[in-house]
Amino acid sequence: MREVAIVAFAQSDHLRTTDELSEVDMVMPVLHQVLAQTGLRTSDIGFTCSGSSDYLAGRAFSFTMTLDGVGAWPPISESHVEMDGAWAMYEAWVKLLTGEVDTALVYSYGKSSPGSVRDVLTRQLDPYYVAPLWPDSVALAALQAQALIDAGETDETALAGIAARSRESASANCHAQVKGSVPQGDYEVQPLRKGDCPPVSDGAVAVILAAGDKARELCERPAWIRGMDHRIEAHSLGVRDLTDSPSSRLAAERAGAFERPVDTAELHAPFTSQEVVLRKALKLGDDVAVNPSGGALAANPVMAAGLLRIGEAAARIHRGESDRALAHATSGPCLQQNLVAVLEGDAR
Amino acid sequence: MPEVLKAPLVVEFPFTRSLGSVQSAFLTGLRERTVLGVKTTDGKVMVPPVEYDPVTADELRDLVEVESTGTVTTWAWNPEPRRGQPLGTPFAWVLVRLDGADTALLHALDAPGPDAVTTGMRVRVRWAAERTGAITDIACFEPYEGEAADAEPAAHDGQFDDAVTGIVAAARLDYVYSPGRAQTAYINALADRRTVGERCPSCRKVYVPPRGACPTCGVATTDRVEVGPAGTVTTFCIVNVKARNLDIELPYVYAHIALDGADLALHGRIAGIPYDQVRMGLKVEPVWTEGGRYPDHYRPTGEPDADYDTYKELV
Ligand SMILES: [Zn+2]
Repeated sequence: MREVAIVAFAQSDHLRTTDELSEVDMVMPVLHQVLAQTGLRTSDIGFTCSGSSDYLAGRAFSFTMTLDGVGAWPPISESHVEMDGAWAMYEAWVKLLTGEVDTALVYSYGKSSPGSVRDVLTRQLDPYYVAPLWPDSVALAALQAQALIDAGETDETALAGIAARSRESASANCHAQVKGSVPQGDYEVQPLRKGDCPPVSDGAVAVILAAGDKARELCERPAWIRGMDHRIEAHSLGVRDLTDSPSSRLAAERAGAFERPVDTAELHAPFTSQEVVLRKALKLGDDVAVNPSGGALAANPVMAAGLLRIGEAAARIHRGESDRALAHATSGPCLQQNLVAVLEGDAR
Repeated sequence: MPEVLKAPLVVEFPFTRSLGSVQSAFLTGLRERTVLGVKTTDGKVMVPPVEYDPVTADELRDLVEVESTGTVTTWAWNPEPRRGQPLGTPFAWVLVRLDGADTALLHALDAPGPDAVTTGMRVRVRWAAERTGAITDIACFEPYEGEAADAEPAAHDGQFDDAVTGIVAAARLDYVYSPGRAQTAYINALADRRTVGERCPSCRKVYVPPRGACPTCGVATTDRVEVGPAGTVTTFCIVNVKARNLDIELPYVYAHIALDGADLALHGRIAGIPYDQVRMGLKVEPVWTEGGRYPDHYRPTGEPDADYDTYKELV
């Protein structure tokens, strides 16, 4: 298989509102940063892929606006997924594996502030049996949390601990939105308190992928993608065992995550309870640094938070803080869809 | 920096969805206070029923009738109901495994408070007074004391008079839309009957309306430039179809107009000249109506037509 690596990563500051910025205003600086890190210009990029959602923007074909920030003239080879940017990166990775291109720019963004994320996300649910009831994202996560508590896999104190650890870790992340000591607060939907839930965030992220020697040329310590896989579970919540995530486990297995231990795991767990599920499904021991960036509990730009996890994991390898990292992205209610990437730095 | 414009934006759409045979039987059944499930190849009963087995992808068609009583498999207390949710007072979200079923259904449980809800508690369907063949025909669940019936669910032919074959899934999302810095400046200038674009610092092109970035160079456009008011028709079409809520006599001309000083054409309607005399190169100027927040249309200035070479890059 062709060697492909993440060679650059940049993100915006993640903020509760960015009224003065259009989507392209928000994305453009991040694109410029990844290009500057590698010295590449848009015309050098073989393939560009982005992830975002029209439901956040409240407008059709909203991604075409941010294409202006890429400089899409003369014409470029470009694609878009109406999903988290992690899935855009999967598409770019496959494109690189075909040998058709040597570099790819992947970016995604979420500007959640214009609407209500809790309501917006109901539109991804089964339209016949579930969406007419408007169960919001916090409510569905709370059902999963209660199932975990009933199964004896966690309790409210342990969940509060996950929240505290995440925001403490985020203190070292200048881009994070919620950091330091934050009160758990009242119940949003019991058993989840405010502190168990992610902030509503506007933000953007970009990475550059390169193959083989091109990657070595562009980055001192490339984060090699050793494997990547994504899986989905039955869409009906009442069919699933909400205390487990077999799709994450299978994706991790196919990505090679269980072949050797990882030292870092960036998990896309917007709710504290989801970290409990993922740690078990991904067989992560206490010796693994989980979400040293603070994770989605510290900043959750919808459609970008998954690619952010991959970027943060890659950046730790770039900096020499990790040798083998697992990065996870999710989409849908209660960890319905899951993507796992395994990243490694060259031996030192 | 002047304040950016903001306005409420409501996106509302009624999706009309057709039902397959299994969904049709289930939702029609709810209208008749009958809850149907479907049997999987390995004998499990799924409620709500689906047409294909999520594990094996086998086609599922064997309907059975289950009870309208069941057991809570997990729950979450919702202290502040949101718009569209089943109950207006605080309630519990529940997954309920109905008696006779092997999977659970998501719905609301009407209970006095979180202390009255537990996993494993017994509940029963409270039917909506008016039922149309939708999941909301179950108004909610309510606590119920009876034990689970352990009889095998009986086969059901899924036939009802006047079967429901489709639903209208209404969706409404509310936003506060902000067009961002560049378009705010454009819209504010229009209020003074001026048109401003933005120049790319790299290629020097002036974009109207400005979107904040140069699509060629991928950099922010920042230098504000006033353009127009007159411009040149670069291309046009003759419209023969009446748009809804648009009170314009047919046929009319819709054109791309390159305002003087702009490097991108914007669109506008051409009037004040017979439709079949509009041509490329025609010089036009905006016409504002009283209180109008943008040009109503463009009309000929009477100047000689522009040379093709002066606007060919903008066609
Ligand atoms: Zn330019």
